[in-house]
Amino acid sequence: MRLRGGFFCAMPRCYRSVTDAEYVSDRMTTLPIHPATTPHAVPAPAPTPQSEWRTLRGTNVGDRLYRATLTALALVLPLLLVTLLAELVVGAWPAIKRFGLPFVWTSVWDPVAGVFGAAPMIFGTLASSLLALLIAVPLALGVAIYLTEFSPKWLRQPIAFLVELLAAIPSVVYGLWGIFVLIPFLRSYVVPPLRATLGWTPLFGGVFYGNSLLAGGIILAIMIVPYIAAVSREVLLAVPASQREAALGMGATRWEAVWTAVVPYGRAGLIGAVILGLGRALGETMAVTMVIGNRHDISLSVLQPAYTMAAAIANEFSEAVSDLHLAAMFEVGLVLFVVTVIVNACARLLIWRVARGTAVGSRAL
Amino acid sequence: MSGRSLRRHVTSGLMTGLVAVLSFTAVLALVLILGDLIAKGASSLNWDFFTKNPVPAGQSGGGVANAIVGTGIIVGLAALIGLPIGIGTGLYLAEYGSGRLGWIVRFVADVLNGTPSIVIGIFAWTWLVRPMGGYSALAGSVALAALMIPMIARTTEEMVRLVPHSLREAALALGYPRWRTSLRVVARTALAGIVTGCLVGVARIAGETAPLLFTALGNLNFSTSVTQPMQTLPHQIYEYASGPFEEWHRLAWASALVLMSLVLLLGVTARWAIRQRHGAAR
Repeated sequence: MRLRGGFFCAMPRCYRSVTDAEYVSDRMTTLPIHPATTPHAVPAPAPTPQSEWRTLRGTNVGDRLYRATLTALALVLPLLLVTLLAELVVGAWPAIKRFGLPFVWTSVWDPVAGVFGAAPMIFGTLASSLLALLIAVPLALGVAIYLTEFSPKWLRQPIAFLVELLAAIPSVVYGLWGIFVLIPFLRSYVVPPLRATLGWTPLFGGVFYGNSLLAGGIILAIMIVPYIAAVSREVLLAVPASQREAALGMGATRWEAVWTAVVPYGRAGLIGAVILGLGRALGETMAVTMVIGNRHDISLSVLQPAYTMAAAIANEFSEAVSDLHLAAMFEVGLVLFVVTVIVNACARLLIWRVARGTAVGSRAL
Repeated sequence: MSGRSLRRHVTSGLMTGLVAVLSFTAVLALVLILGDLIAKGASSLNWDFFTKNPVPAGQSGGGVANAIVGTGIIVGLAALIGLPIGIGTGLYLAEYGSGRLGWIVRFVADVLNGTPSIVIGIFAWTWLVRPMGGYSALAGSVALAALMIPMIARTTEEMVRLVPHSLREAALALGYPRWRTSLRVVARTALAGIVTGCLVGVARIAGETAPLLFTALGNLNFSTSVTQPMQTLPHQIYEYASGPFEEWHRLAWASALVLMSLVLLLGVTARWAIRQRHGAAR
């Protein structure tokens, strides 16, 4: 339940708060000046120089203390981010120095010989996340569009609530369900027909043991649907009704109104929502670790086991056999961190732009 | 109706049906997972499950009392560390957050919100496990707190912003200093919302496993010492699910059901709390 729309996507309604000077001078002195609201002449308050307010404010020890305390608490987060990044770099330094940039595209991972290349994990992380997006995006957009545009009013709250509940299920419970329900289901009902029809393509080749990229992708998809759906829904709700009305007024069918007027208007935000889902998928650990098979190998087939960066850290970090191995784990963490930070930052910027009400740029995308 | 118009209306109907089907598919996934949890977990819930500690591998019986208590301690400690910082940050953002620092903090909170929890685990490992020379429940709590702060901060900010300006103005006009206005009037009005945000935050971290793997580690025995490794429900589920024994799998399902109920309870309470307060506003 981490996401009642606003909770997790965190889009403040009023974007600008006021500084102290404005707070007092702005609000108090301009209030009676609106001619429309004050038909009778209200004696204008004596103009108060801002400086006087400042001195008044400055003398209150409680205010200064309060502000200082809050500022100190607020500084914890930036500090956390900086130390996190610094410690990852410091921890990874031996590995960075030893392997350099080829770390990300070589695929030998041999803790005994002390040779490390993270390509299979990076590949597995990207492949599983893309597979998850492929499944989750239609589902999530379907949920968002249905809820904002088509569903009967009484159904809206229940469906939104149930989809949000998906986000409340702990990752490890998804993993448990994946091992004991999803994988047996795939083995008996999904993979045989898949292999019969598409087995000749490299995408579905090889023997299926259960733990596989496919299982990881499906679990990830279920996990990110609620995120994408919740943000997309907020974005679609932020589209002005006039867009819809204009399209309908020109004779568009309801679907045409949605597809040609509403969705393009919110496009930047919808892309942001999808990227946010991608960010979640990239960093998801437990459920993926439990079903993806954890094999250091690059295989095009979705039926084969794979590995992800997060899974590698979960499995090997506390069992690192040498300092270099540990440094390599740090470097994997660093790569994962940097990638998710970039992905999340992009998503936020896109969503902010729409949510702030300036959706002007959305056409450019 | 001309052919073209008919085709357009048929398309519209079909697509409406399609998005409805997609929505119900998403709901179906939830129903399936919850159904399996109850079907496979409920039968193993009994008195022993809640009161006994795990028995050695291969034997039957035993419970997860140590994990339940461990989850309580670790999550409670995390809340103790994380809530004040999170709420303080949220108040800062709402009250003074219009400047550059506010922008930075807001952005950092959003970025950290999306940071993989396993990376936060590495953070706690470097700062607590390595210097202290061993895995500890405290390190686990710190990791969970770090996960929680950005979330709480953003919800608190939003809730405080919902408070009408007239309330502040009234308090200031009565001569309240700003800090008292903020705490006694504004924060108090937004209290239900803030509590909701906290409950949601706690619910979220209660189910986290990844940051505990190399901080709190897990423990086969009953332990209440925060400087020692401690077992938690999510970690117990992970161990039992990955193990080879039927008995373990049975206990894993039951633990998952308990964990899920705990998380849902927190979440539903939170939802109920916000309905009470902001039902009309939202």
